[in-house]
Amino acid sequence: MHRLTTLLLWSLAFALGVGCKQSSPTATSNEGPQAAQAAPAGPVTLNGAGSTFVYPMMSRWSSEYQKLAPEVQVNYQSIGSGGGIRQLIAHTVQFGATDAPMTDDQLKEAKSPVLHVPLVMGAVVATYNLPDLPHAIRFSPEALAGIFLGEITTWNDSKIASANSDMKLPATPIVVVHRSDGSGTTFVWADYLSKVSPAWKTKVGAATSLNWPVGIGGKGNEGVSGTVRQTPGAIGYVEMTYAIQNKMPFGQVKNQAGNFVEPTIDSVTAAAAGALSTIPDDLRYSITNSPAPNGYPICGTVWAVVYQDTPPGPARKALVGFLKWVLHEGQKFCGPLDYSPLPADLVQRADAKLESIGVAAK
Amino acid sequence: MAANLDAIRAQTQMLGQRTLRRWGPPALQGWTNLDALFRKACTVFGLAIVGLLVFIVAELVRGSAPSLLRFGSSFVVDKLWDPVTERFGAATFIYGTVVSSAIALLIAVPLGVGVAIFLVEMAPRQVSVTVGFLVELLAAIPSIVYGLWGLFVLAPIVRDHLAPALRATLGFIPLFSGPSFGVGMLTAGLILSIMILPFIAAVSRDVLAAVPQAQREGSLAVGATKWETIWQVVIPYGRAGIGGAIILALGRALGETMAATMVIGNTPQIAASLFQPGYTMASVIANEYSEASGPLYLSALTEVGLLLFVVTFAVNGCARVLIWRMARGAGRHE
Repeated sequence: MHRLTTLLLWSLAFALGVGCKQSSPTATSNEGPQAAQAAPAGPVTLNGAGSTFVYPMMSRWSSEYQKLAPEVQVNYQSIGSGGGIRQLIAHTVQFGATDAPMTDDQLKEAKSPVLHVPLVMGAVVATYNLPDLPHAIRFSPEALAGIFLGEITTWNDSKIASANSDMKLPATPIVVVHRSDGSGTTFVWADYLSKVSPAWKTKVGAATSLNWPVGIGGKGNEGVSGTVRQTPGAIGYVEMTYAIQNKMPFGQVKNQAGNFVEPTIDSVTAAAAGALSTIPDDLRYSITNSPAPNGYPICGTVWAVVYQDTPPGPARKALVGFLKWVLHEGQKFCGPLDYSPLPADLVQRADAKLESIGVAAK
Repeated sequence: MAANLDAIRAQTQMLGQRTLRRWGPPALQGWTNLDALFRKACTVFGLAIVGLLVFIVAELVRGSAPSLLRFGSSFVVDKLWDPVTERFGAATFIYGTVVSSAIALLIAVPLGVGVAIFLVEMAPRQVSVTVGFLVELLAAIPSIVYGLWGLFVLAPIVRDHLAPALRATLGFIPLFSGPSFGVGMLTAGLILSIMILPFIAAVSRDVLAAVPQAQREGSLAVGATKWETIWQVVIPYGRAGIGGAIILALGRALGETMAATMVIGNTPQIAASLFQPGYTMASVIANEYSEASGPLYLSALTEVGLLLFVVTFAVNGCARVLIWRMARGAGRHE
């Protein structure tokens, strides 16, 4: 009996062993023809990782780009902006995508110089749960900061009501809902509040996760929107694309010029165009609280982060080619997905960044 | 003809032995004591578990070294968690994990054991099989489904019905005071209790079903009622097994991430009221790890993971001692 079992076990082990041996030549023979077929150009896989916000856009770009350049395969993993930066620093990806520019510490950690190439923009909107309002609520910066600091606690507070004199807001208590997971959306929101409210800047500050003075945390856009929808009197912030696609109400915000602006694809691009003169050379900018008169003040950018000294070869060619296409032809795919394209002047400055890849590294 | 068959059989057996000697790994050539081989293999598997555990702890300690050095023991008692100024304390998360699991156990243990007693002692066979299957099915639902169901269905029920009712009847206790947003510690505890119910019910059912029929018959024969038989004979007999089921469930409740994250409200605070939002250790890791920047922030999150390990270990250890005592007490009673 024992012998029989052993025999069986060993024959199984042998079968597996032989199977493994056989499978490895099969794998190489699979790659063989492909490599031979495209020998001159060579199939290139571009590995990228980062922002979840840009993921739908990136999928569209990579599928559109593959129609033009079939040899380039863009493999993008939406692991979050922080994760994308970590992967870039670890050299496991050729490009990262991030909603917040890399900090000085992160740049130092990366050792060789990193370029920031803006790709696309988006607004962060205040969504709320109040029934039967004739039109969108208008928020002043003071009202938003007051609400999220926990100083304004009911909807009929004079700081909110003064800008909405044409409609009667209820005395419902305000329930603040924020993102509990670390997120570029939180960064943009807090960055804006830091600029318009000194109290926010000293008490809370701006980062992807915060020590919130008030409110409850929901995980992801779906957690925030779910909690807002379930809670009468709730207010939260989500990406505009998410709010539009899920038919959620969102408010207008008073910008620096004093106009109440509705978040739209165009008002975000306008905000960036109006803030161009303040954008630093390394393109690590923030366009929240833009001075543009028709610009929506709470919007963020997604940057591709790449190494300036990316080694020459087909991979670098593909990387530069893809990003260049995204900056030009690729921008027309933004609108249909509710993302905002970059203003033309910013595209020029981003182009210059792309062209410098490999130049300084010689 | 028959002699021929015997010869073939003998030859085949010889071939089997020879194959192992000749073609087996060198260490095994000439080895015929398969029991010893089996024992060695099992020892390796057993040690692998210990090795894995040691490896995980070592890796967690290594990862949380910067935070351990910076904050020391204050990490466990500090309530502030501020990623912007990089000041970290995990007290609120420890509190949230322990309290939400405690609520879950308080609800799920009587319910789960009750289900098991019903299925084994009272229900007709047909009902027992069907209900047992449904209970086991609860364990197969992914936790994100529980989480979203909790957020969209359970949270409004808690806010509109359960919390007002509790406030009206037990509102004088701080635990049940104040407003409810739907999401919060109580909702998290409720979701966790539903999630661990199948573990307690299914394992307890098997334990009770394994109680020898003679025990019940003996009890009934001396005039005990059904209630007395269940309570004084069947349950004490299966105490250790039911305890094991509870420990298994507790482990699940302590480590549950996704469902708790969706409904607990993710607010690092220690509030007197169970209606208020809280935060668990597993939730903060899941929420913040992917976007954490800076070595100190990352290592603080890793230290939360290490603490989760320690808390799970401590709570499980206490539960085990408690149950061991109970089981021994039960033995003496008999």
